[in-house]
Amino acid sequence: MKRRDSLKALTISSLGLAGFAHQEVLAETMPKQPDIQGNPDDINIPAGRLKEEAIRDAALMKQKFFTDHELATITVLSDIIIPKDSTSGSASEAGVPAFIEFITKDMPQHQTPLRGGLRWLDVESNKRFKKDFVKLSSGDQLKIVDDIAYPELAKPEFTQGASFFSLMRNLTATGFYTSEIGIKDIGYMGNTPNMWEGVPPEVLKQYNLKY
Amino acid sequence: MSFQLKEQSTEYDVCIVGSGAGGGMAAYQLTKAGAKVVLLEAGGYYDPADPKYITQLQWPWESPRRGASNHRPFGDFDAAWGGWEIEGEPYTRKNGTQFDWFRSRMLGGRTNHWGRISLRFGPNDFKRKSIDGLGEDWPITYDDVKPYYDQVDKLVGVFGTVENFPNEPDGIFLPPPKPRLHELMITEAGKKANIPVIPSRLSILTKPINDERGVCFYCRQCARACQAYADFSSSSVLVIPALKTGNLTLINNAMAREVITDPTTGLATGVSYVDREKLTEHTVKAKIVILAASAGETARIMLNSKSKRFPNGLGNSSGILGKYLHDSTGASRGAFLPHLMDRKRYNEDGVGGMHVYTPWWLDNKKLDFPRGYHIEYGGGMHMPSYGFGWGIEGMNSKYPTKDGVTKKAGGYGASLKEDYRRFYGANIGMAGRGEAVATIDNYCEIDPNVVDKYGIPVLRFNYNWSDYEIKQAKHMQDTFEEIIHSIGGVPTGVKPGPENNYGLEAPGRIIHEVGTARMGSDVKTSVFNKHSQAHDVKNLFAVDGATFVSQADKNPTWTILALSWRASDYIIDQVKKKNL
Repeated sequence: MKRRDSLKALTISSLGLAGFAHQEVLAETMPKQPDIQGNPDDINIPAGRLKEEAIRDAALMKQKFFTDHELATITVLSDIIIPKDSTSGSASEAGVPAFIEFITKDMPQHQTPLRGGLRWLDVESNKRFKKDFVKLSSGDQLKIVDDIAYPELAKPEFTQGASFFSLMRNLTATGFYTSEIGIKDIGYMGNTPNMWEGVPPEVLKQYNLKY
Repeated sequence: MSFQLKEQSTEYDVCIVGSGAGGGMAAYQLTKAGAKVVLLEAGGYYDPADPKYITQLQWPWESPRRGASNHRPFGDFDAAWGGWEIEGEPYTRKNGTQFDWFRSRMLGGRTNHWGRISLRFGPNDFKRKSIDGLGEDWPITYDDVKPYYDQVDKLVGVFGTVENFPNEPDGIFLPPPKPRLHELMITEAGKKANIPVIPSRLSILTKPINDERGVCFYCRQCARACQAYADFSSSSVLVIPALKTGNLTLINNAMAREVITDPTTGLATGVSYVDREKLTEHTVKAKIVILAASAGETARIMLNSKSKRFPNGLGNSSGILGKYLHDSTGASRGAFLPHLMDRKRYNEDGVGGMHVYTPWWLDNKKLDFPRGYHIEYGGGMHMPSYGFGWGIEGMNSKYPTKDGVTKKAGGYGASLKEDYRRFYGANIGMAGRGEAVATIDNYCEIDPNVVDKYGIPVLRFNYNWSDYEIKQAKHMQDTFEEIIHSIGGVPTGVKPGPENNYGLEAPGRIIHEVGTARMGSDVKTSVFNKHSQAHDVKNLFAVDGATFVSQADKNPTWTILALSWRASDYIIDQVKKKNL
C-alpha cells in the first residue's frame, strides 16, 4: 500500500473522520505510520524516531478517544475559531480535529477539560435551544460562543465555558499554525537550505538600524 | 536467561567509556596516533547524516504532537535520545533536595543536540579561589590549556569575533553570522544600558574547514544534529572519523558496570558492561581505561568499582569522589516588543542558536555574589511548533492594531487570525547561565538500596543552591528588565522574586553538571591529577566534566574537548616513555 493510501485508510477508519471533505490534507498532516497491526517488530519507524517512540505513537493512533459526536463538535468549534478567510483555509481543512484527537490521547491532562467542556457546551445549547450545539444554526452557535469567547468579560455563569473555549482556541491555533496551511498563513519562510546574509536592507531602514 | 560472562580475549590499548565530547576526542586522538581503542557507548549507533535518524528539515506536522516536548524533553525533533528520566534507569535524591540528571543514550551523547556555545574558560576561571577565596583553584592555568583550545578551534571549527574582552579569551574564529533583527535591537539596547552584546561563539561552520564536513545552510536546527556535519557533534566530527582509521572498535548498547582492576597491581585491566538490548554480560580488556561517561556516570562507575583494594570505590582514597558536583545556574525572562508587531516576513532562521550574546561584564568584588554569568538571547520568526499561539487571550486586548483598534481579550474568527499574524515574531527571550560555587555538600553517591534494571546501583543526589547562586539569579532578573526596558519591550509574566529563588532553575536543568571527580595536586582533596590521570590508579583517566574544579560562567564543552585532547597527548607521551 502506498503511504498516502494507507494513511487515508488509517485516518478514515481509526479516527472516525469519514465524511469530511479534506482527507488528503488531513492525510498529509498525519505521521507516517502505515502498519500498526501485529508484531511490534514489524513496525515502520519514521525517520528520526526511536522504535519505542514509534510503537507508542502507533498505539495512540489506534486508540479513539473522542466519540464521533464529540469530534464533530470539535470540528465545528475549530472552524469557528479559525475559519477560512482571504489568506488561508479553515482549521478543519488544516487537519486540526485530527490533531486535537491525537494530542488529547498523548496529553491526558487535556482529556477531562475537553470532554467536560464539550458536555458543558451541549448542556448549555440544550438549555437555550433544546438541541445539541452541532445541530444549531450558525447564528445560534455564535450566540453561545459570544458568551464564552471573551474570558475577561464572561458572566459568572459562563466562566467555565470560557475556560473551555480558551483551551479550544489554544489547541486550534497550535494545530492550525503547525500545519502546512497555517505555516504558509503565518508567513514562516525558513526550514530550507539558504544563505543568511543578514536582515534585508528595507527592514533595516524601517527600524532605523544598520550593520 | 542464563547468566554467562562473555570475555573478549583481545586486549585493547585503550578502553574509553562514553562517546560524547570527551570520549569522542580521546577516541579521535588516540586512534589517529595508532592505538587500538575500544569505545563503549551505552546507547545506540547514531549518524546525523543517515536518513533513518534525520529530523532536520522535517516540518512540524511530521510529528503527530507537532514537536511537543512531553516525551523527548526538547521535543520530538530534538537529537537527544534520553532525557531527565530514562525508563528502567532511575536515580534518587536525598534530604528533600533536587537534582535533575539528563542523560543521552546514543553515539555522541548530548553533543548531538547541544547549543554549540563554545566558550573558552578565561585565565581567572582557573583560579577562582585565589580571587574570591571560595572553592578551589585548578592545578592548571589558562596558558596550559590555551594551545589545546587553539587546536580544538582549528579541528572542530568555531565562529566568533576577536574582542579582547576581559576573561573571555578570543579563539581562532570563522566569520560569525550577522545579527538578526531582534539581535540588532538587543545590541542597541545593550549600548544604552551599558551591557556588552557581542557576536556569539558557536561551533558551526560558516566556512569549509575540511573535505569531510559541509558548511552551515542556515536552518536554525543544530538541536536536531546536522546532516551536513556543519556543526560539532562528537558522532559526526570525532567518532565516525576515528572509525575510519580502522583502529577503533565501537560497541553500542554497552552499559558499563565497573572498571576491573588487578588485585595485585591495583591497575585497571578493563571494563565490565551489560548489553542494554540483549542483557548479556561482557568484559573488555585494556591497558588503559578512560572514563568519559559524563560527570555523574563516571563517578557512578568509579564508586561502583569496589574491591578489597579499593573499598570506597576506585580512585577514591580521598573520599571526595562524587562531591563538588555543580551545574550552571540558569534563569530566564521573556518580553514582547510592540514595535515588532506586523513585521515584514523573510527567512531569518540563521544558525542554530543566538547570533549575539553577553559575556560576563561586571566585577564581582563590587557585587553581593561571587561569580558571574553570561546571557543568551532568543527570539524572531521561528518555525511554529506545539504551543504556538497559546495564550493569545492574554495578549490581543493589550495592544491596539496598527489601525488603532483595541480588541476584546480572546475572540475567534477572521479577526483572531489577524492577531496571530500581527504578533508573530515579536517576542524575545533572555537566559542567564552562571557559575555556581562548587561545594563539598553538593554531591552524588551510591544509593544503598536502589539498582537500575541492569542491577547496577544507582546515583543518589544531594544538592542545594546557596545564597551565592540565588543572589546571582536576582541580578540576572534585574538585568533582564533593564535590557527589556532599554529595548522598549514589555516583560512577559510576573518578575520572579524571592518566593521562587528569582526563577533560578533546579540544579541539573542546565545540563552542565561537572566536578564529581575533580583534578588537583593534593591527593587528599582531588581524584585526578592535572593530566586527568587518577592519583590512585595510574592507567585510569577521566576526560569528561567529572574532573572540573570549577565550572566558570561558560559552557563546559570546549574545555572538555581541550582537556581530553591534552590528556590524550599525555597518554601518548607516557606510553612512549613506557610509564604506562
